[in-house]
Amino acid sequence: MVADNSSTPLSVTLRVWRQAGPDQPGKFVDYPAKDLSPHMSFLEMLDVVNDELTTKGEEPIAFAHDCREGICGTCSCTINGKPHGPGRGVATCQVYMRSFRDGDVIVVEPFQAQPFPVIKDLVTDRSAFDKIMQAGGFITVRAGSAPDANSIPVPKEDADLAMDAAACIGCGACVAACKNASAMLFVAAKVSQLGLFPQGQPERDKRVLAMVGTMDSLGFGNCTNQYECSAACPKTISHDFIARMNRDYLAASFRHAFKPASASTGGAG
Amino acid sequence: MAKLESKVPSGPLADKWRKHKAEIKLVNPANKRKYDIIVVGAGLAGSSAAATLAELGYKVKSFVFHDSPRRAHSIAAQGGINAAKNYQNDGDSVHRLFYDTLKGGDYRSREANVHRLAEVSVNIIDQCAAQGVPFAREYGGLLANRSFGGAQVSRTFYARGQTGQQLLLGAYSALSRMVGAGAVELHTNSEMLDLVLVDGHAKGIIVRDLITGEIQRHAADAVILATGGYGNVFNLSTYARGSNASAIWRAYKRGACLANPCYTQIHPTCIPVSGDYQSKLTLMSESLRNDGRIWVPKKKEDRLKEPGAIAEVDRDYYLERMYPAFGNLCPRDIASRAAKRVCDEGRGVGETGLGVYLDFADAIRRLGENGVRERYGNLFDIYREITAESAYQVPMRIYPAVHYTMGGLWVDYNLMSNIPGLFVLGEANFSDHGANRLGASALMQGLADGYFVIPYTIGDYLASHKPGSRPSPDAPEFMAAEAGVRALNARLLANKTGVPVDHFHKRLGKIMWEHCGMARNAASLRKALQEIPKLREEFWATVKVPGSGATLNQSLERAGRVADFIELGELLCLDALTREESCGGHFREEHQFPDGECKRDDENFAFVSAWEFQGEGKAPLLNKEPLNYEFVKMSVRNYK
Amino acid sequence: MSLVGNLFSSSIGRKFLMAVTGLVLVGFVIGHLVGNLQIFESPDHINGYAAFLHQLGPLLWVARIVLLLCVGLHIWAATVLTLENREARESNGPRSAKKWIRATLASRMVRWTGYVVLAFVLYHLAQFTLGVTGTAHFKENLPRYTMTADYRVAGFPVIKAGAEVLDVHSMVILGFQSPLVSLFYIVAVGLLSLHLLHGLDSFFQTVGWRSAQWSGTLRKIALVFCAAYFLGNLIIPGSVLIGAKGLREGYKAPVTVATNR
Repeated sequence: MVADNSSTPLSVTLRVWRQAGPDQPGKFVDYPAKDLSPHMSFLEMLDVVNDELTTKGEEPIAFAHDCREGICGTCSCTINGKPHGPGRGVATCQVYMRSFRDGDVIVVEPFQAQPFPVIKDLVTDRSAFDKIMQAGGFITVRAGSAPDANSIPVPKEDADLAMDAAACIGCGACVAACKNASAMLFVAAKVSQLGLFPQGQPERDKRVLAMVGTMDSLGFGNCTNQYECSAACPKTISHDFIARMNRDYLAASFRHAFKPASASTGGAG
Repeated sequence: MAKLESKVPSGPLADKWRKHKAEIKLVNPANKRKYDIIVVGAGLAGSSAAATLAELGYKVKSFVFHDSPRRAHSIAAQGGINAAKNYQNDGDSVHRLFYDTLKGGDYRSREANVHRLAEVSVNIIDQCAAQGVPFAREYGGLLANRSFGGAQVSRTFYARGQTGQQLLLGAYSALSRMVGAGAVELHTNSEMLDLVLVDGHAKGIIVRDLITGEIQRHAADAVILATGGYGNVFNLSTYARGSNASAIWRAYKRGACLANPCYTQIHPTCIPVSGDYQSKLTLMSESLRNDGRIWVPKKKEDRLKEPGAIAEVDRDYYLERMYPAFGNLCPRDIASRAAKRVCDEGRGVGETGLGVYLDFADAIRRLGENGVRERYGNLFDIYREITAESAYQVPMRIYPAVHYTMGGLWVDYNLMSNIPGLFVLGEANFSDHGANRLGASALMQGLADGYFVIPYTIGDYLASHKPGSRPSPDAPEFMAAEAGVRALNARLLANKTGVPVDHFHKRLGKIMWEHCGMARNAASLRKALQEIPKLREEFWATVKVPGSGATLNQSLERAGRVADFIELGELLCLDALTREESCGGHFREEHQFPDGECKRDDENFAFVSAWEFQGEGKAPLLNKEPLNYEFVKMSVRNYK
Repeated sequence: MSLVGNLFSSSIGRKFLMAVTGLVLVGFVIGHLVGNLQIFESPDHINGYAAFLHQLGPLLWVARIVLLLCVGLHIWAATVLTLENREARESNGPRSAKKWIRATLASRMVRWTGYVVLAFVLYHLAQFTLGVTGTAHFKENLPRYTMTADYRVAGFPVIKAGAEVLDVHSMVILGFQSPLVSLFYIVAVGLLSLHLLHGLDSFFQTVGWRSAQWSGTLRKIALVFCAAYFLGNLIIPGSVLIGAKGLREGYKAPVTVATNR
């Protein structure tokens, strides 16, 4: 498929959420963006609008961005109601103006979820994801203590599936796309990635219980199995991982209730 | 005059590191928790260092300007990570990796550092595999390898086209574990704006909380900078928009020597520039060169023709022609310059004429479209997203772009700068890649420094400082540094009318790319050295930073970074002008062989240029660390 | 945390309770439908069946309590989860309405179909079990039916020929002869089918047995099941309404004058 390669410039109206701070009221403000190249990225268009605002003496629109190649997960706009905007499997920074038509009104908002409070304009605080990771999103291995990498074979199918899950960029689009602001896809991706490896087995139960517990405590909603998360995921991570995590979590809960435990586990460490 | 003691241990090359580890001082386990270590940056080097030092028992404070450590730009590395595992049974060894890296760096790196890097490379793979990094595997369940530029063995481990991401997430998970355990205090959205020296030792940093604007003072027993490279001095690069040199630049202004700033790497396979608005160049992994063939039309008049309409005989597969042994897999600097040369001849493709074809037609014939998709699917997707073209049907258009900086703060064998107590890891230091870095070696170096070098060498410094001897963050040196940062920010916010920051960044980038890009000469460098100070003056007179310093203010952040880039750019050009030779990523047109290859001058330039700040408005001082090659004979690189 | 704690206070635990109670209720409605379809046999069947169920005594109560518990838990979990979900969406930023990407109609309507189903169940119990509505046609107020043959379960004659039993057959048909009642019934089972469509799919996802390999098949199975369930339920009031199914032979309307007992 060779997509539309035309270079006809286009003009759009941006309807942007402006909010000076976390405790300030916000509102939508319209900005014209004129004569844009369709090859321009959406964020480059915001750059241009911001330069104009700065020149006019207004405060530019704050938006989160960094790598601009769809891998760091910093950018996080809801564009026309969809996290990361039109198109499937892309982050906001990979949206190009050719996705819009001349004269369009484009609504730009921050990700909407209680655990992702707005900091300013389009920038939200997604540190809740870090907290979930800190609760158990790892395999405990001290530097220097690892055995030879090839001493633990991993079936290629498992490694490939783990890689599918590991592709998560931690952007939070899954949360923003969910009507319940649930973080299940994010958590499931990490739980599944580590749970698929032999290296991840010793902490498998502990990990899923801790990560889900932390997720719940941070105020994320619950999964309604509508799969909006995977539809909005810039890495198209499958909601199959959520099913996998559900199974893991339930199995771990039952095992945890009946498995004999040593009185000394959890001591020195 | 700075004292540049490399502290390379004596003895045979292969024993140096082992010997050094056995001889350096240690901190006893009970004392480790009494030392605070600041780690700035959370990419591969920073995260792995912070996690590992915390595992050892040190109290670590990790600072990152991103909203999460996982966003550091190591995440964007695509291709892979080298390691001398010899799992392929194709003749690889620590020595061969060492030699390839040294040769790839055009004999401008320290032998002992490079050898250590090759030695620990094998441990990195073990560590990462144990962390659950989903490396590519063969059907038997063992690790797969691919080949990469500048090597004749397959030693590159990879995780699809997202190796950097997976390694970073591995290091981030290790860091997260230690944060969760309370051993690391994590400061996100925190940008280091100054280094604090007490009695000549690095003992803390001044930080701005990017959300609240609060200026904070943090004291520690040692400071580690792992803040990445300075390639954004060119504005357009494959770096993230936020990648900046402020941490190392402000350390430089506190007396840390900046080494070899002119060694900048231009990556041969990036998507060409499409317009003025462009903010970023996107890399297409070098691994594409394994199966793609690079060509331009033989005749100028064919350059705007549809590629399919150009007959096979009218195509010039110039890398295969010029370098038959390595062909499309020759090192990055060579491939980049060859692209520039054919474009300069007027044979470049695309509207701008600044592009060459990277053609997969042969690979698709050989492997089938699905075979190609399996190997490079995500890269082809990225290409389609950006250009709206399918590389399965038409060849990709690529052009070189700034990708990595080999230069950085000068460090000794212990990775300590000439300021005692200031350690520098990863791309931020200058140590391992000489004048050119081979593909898949940056990830290796970042993790080597963080997991396996600094945990040993920092002990050597700390052991000679009593626990609890660190100064208070209220010491006068801290107060003075804080006042300086406040004054700088106030100055940036002062102009009520003027020009946005990006404008200056673009202009700086143009000066740098034009006069100090892929090929440099004395006249153009002198021109740059005239233009940059003017730009700097104009910047301070007219830069417009709206808003206040008391909230999230992205313009203010950027303004501080661009101010530093302007100064760094000047030093970069000065270094390039001073180095009257061509080597690796530094190509001086005056110094080339008739076939256009780099002409090194080992007699006069086999040294590290370590620039020392002498005060505002004063010329920096050039210190030279001679490169003594005890074991390898410097020779002309030959990839033909 | 303990198992009970996990099940009742974690998001996945409560969803598991929702899934399991839902499955029990699915089992019940299947059984209920199969029982009801006996109306198309001779009146001995459905009347014998009803008499048999009543005869179970304490067992019937156990079943009723289990069902009631399931309904209770199902509703409790739904309520708690929904309240949390609403709160989770409340950010300090914009409060824009959610735009859907691919969620199915059944999933988006599940709360509303749940409300209607609840209302229907209450009405249904009132009509056919408790006799609060339309007392005239309630089984207790209809003449007794005399079994003409044995009603057998697993080959055992549980209700003997000649036994006097409640005339459920006539009660159902008299009930459905009111178009309003039938229409409500049809709409309600339609929405219940929609509810089950999301529920069945969700059950497999929540307990972790759904994956891309067979999610398409699962979806089809759920669709076929729900369609069959709906048709099965539709056919009873439908055939009464169009007159295809009438009162049994020998049915005599009760004398409105109070009977002297």
